[in-house]
Amino acid sequence: MVQLTEVFKSYDNDTKALRGVNLKIDDGEFVFLVGPSGSGKTTVIKLITGEIAPTDGTVMVNGYNVGTMKMSKMPYLRRTIGVIFQDFRLIEDKSVFENVAFAMRVTGASNAEIRRRVPYVLELVGLDNRTKRRPSELSGGEQQRVAMARALVNNPSLIIADEPTGNLDPARSLEIMMLLEKINELGTTVLVVTHEKELVNRFSKRVVAIDAGRIISDGMDGYYTYETK
Amino acid sequence: MRRNRIGYFIKEGVESIFTHGLMSFASVCVIVACLIIMGSFSLVALNIDSIIDTLESENQMVAFVSEYASAERTAAISADLKAIPHVSRVVFVSREEAWESFLKTYDNTNMFDGLDASTLQDRYVIYLDDISQMEQVRDAVRNVSGIAKVNAHLQIGAGFVKLQRVVTFVSISLVAILLVISMFIMSNTIKIATFERREEIAIMKMVGATSNFIRWPFVIEGLLIGLFASLLAFVMQWGIYTLISNNFLTNTGLSFIVTLPFSALAVPILIVFIAIGFLVGVVGSLAAIKNYLKV
Repeated sequence: MVQLTEVFKSYDNDTKALRGVNLKIDDGEFVFLVGPSGSGKTTVIKLITGEIAPTDGTVMVNGYNVGTMKMSKMPYLRRTIGVIFQDFRLIEDKSVFENVAFAMRVTGASNAEIRRRVPYVLELVGLDNRTKRRPSELSGGEQQRVAMARALVNNPSLIIADEPTGNLDPARSLEIMMLLEKINELGTTVLVVTHEKELVNRFSKRVVAIDAGRIISDGMDGYYTYETK
Repeated sequence: MRRNRIGYFIKEGVESIFTHGLMSFASVCVIVACLIIMGSFSLVALNIDSIIDTLESENQMVAFVSEYASAERTAAISADLKAIPHVSRVVFVSREEAWESFLKTYDNTNMFDGLDASTLQDRYVIYLDDISQMEQVRDAVRNVSGIAKVNAHLQIGAGFVKLQRVVTFVSISLVAILLVISMFIMSNTIKIATFERREEIAIMKMVGATSNFIRWPFVIEGLLIGLFASLLAFVMQWGIYTLISNNFLTNTGLSFIVTLPFSALAVPILIVFIAIGFLVGVVGSLAAIKNYLKV
C-alpha cells in the first residue's frame, strides 16, 4: 500500500515540487498518475522509491516510512517495488537473461532459484526466445518488456511505470499497457505515470491528476479528465 | 557471505575489466607510469645513499702513538681503541710501514735521503661505524693512554652526514609528493572509469542492491587492475634498472659509479609496488564509487 499524507517537497533551489499532496493507493489497484511536465509526477515517484525524502508530511510504502527510514534499509524497500522507465534503463553489456537475473541476485537468490524464475518471467512477457540477446539487439518494445520482466522477477507488491510507452509506437504501447493490466490482474499494485490520454481513456482505471504540486482530480471514472493548458 | 555470491562478485569484477577494456588499460598505464616514476627515483636515492655509505666507511681517523710509549703499551692500545663505542675496526701501522707508504707517494725519493722511519711515529688507523660520532670518538681516543695526537677530518665527516641527511630528506619528500600526485591521478582515472558506469550503479540501486553488493565487484576489479599494474611495473622497473646499470653507465664513461644489484632490492621493491597497487586499486575504487552510492 502507498499512502502520502500532507506531503510537501521543496528542492534546494526553492522549487516547491509538492504542496500538500494526499494520495492513497490500496493493494491491487491500477492507477494512472497524469499531469503536465513539472507538475510533480516524478517527485511523487522519487518519494515512493526512496530516492528523495519529503520536506514535510509522511510517505508510507509497503510498511516503510520513507522519510524516517535509515539509508541502509532502503534496498529492502526497493525490493518490494518494481520500476519501469521510459528509457528502459537496461545494462548494455549484460544479456536479457542477466539483466533480469541481476535483480534477483541482489536479493541473495541462489543460482538454482534464478535459473527457475527468470525463464518463467521472460516467458510471461513474451521474451523466452531472446534470452541471450543484448539490449541493443532488441526493438524498443522488446527492451521495455525486458525492463518489465526485471521489475516483476522479485514478485514485488507494487509496480511503478514511469512513462513506459513514451518511446514506443501505438501498437507496442498498447501491448505494454495490456501486459501491465495482466500483471495487475495477478494481484500486483500498478502505478502508471503517463501523458498519453488515448491510452488512459482506453483502460478505464483510476486516474489521479496532478498540477503545480497539488492533486487536482482523483476519479474512478477512468478518464483522463485533466487537460493541459 | 554465500559462496555463489563471492563467485558472482569475482566473475563480475573480472568480466568488467574486459568489458571496460579501454578504461582498464588506461588505469593500468597510469598506475604503471606512476610506480615506475616513484620506483626510479627511490632507486636513484638508494644508490646515492649506498655510495655515501661506502665513502663514509672509507673515512678514517689516525691516532699517533707517543714516542715514549713502551712496546707493551703500544700493543695494548689496540684493545683500548676497540672498546670505544662506534669504533668498527682498528689497524696498526708501524713507523716502518708508514715510511714505506709515504715514499710510495713520491716519484723522486732522493730528497728524503738521510731520513728514515724513525722520523715517523707508530699509528693506529681507526674506522667508525657511524661517521656522525666522529668528534666523540676522537675525544675518547685522545684520552687513551699512549696516544700522542689524533688526526680526524671532522669537517669531511660532518659533510658526509649533512649530505646523507639532505639526500634522505629530499628523497623521502619527493617520493611522498610523487605518491600523493600518483594517488590523485590514479583516483581520477578510476573516477572517470566509474563515471562511465554511473547509470549501471543507479540501476543496481533501483533494483534494491545494497551498497556492499555494488561495491564488491568494483573493489575486486580495482584490486586486480592494481595488482596486475604493480607486477607489470616491477618487471619494467627491473628491465630499465638493469639496462641503465649494465649498459648506459658503461657506455657513457660513468662506469666508476658502482650501482646496487637489482636482486638486492627486488623483494622490497616488489612488496612496495604490490602494496601501492593494492592500495590504489582498492581505495581508488571505493573513493570513486562513493558518491554514486548515496542514492
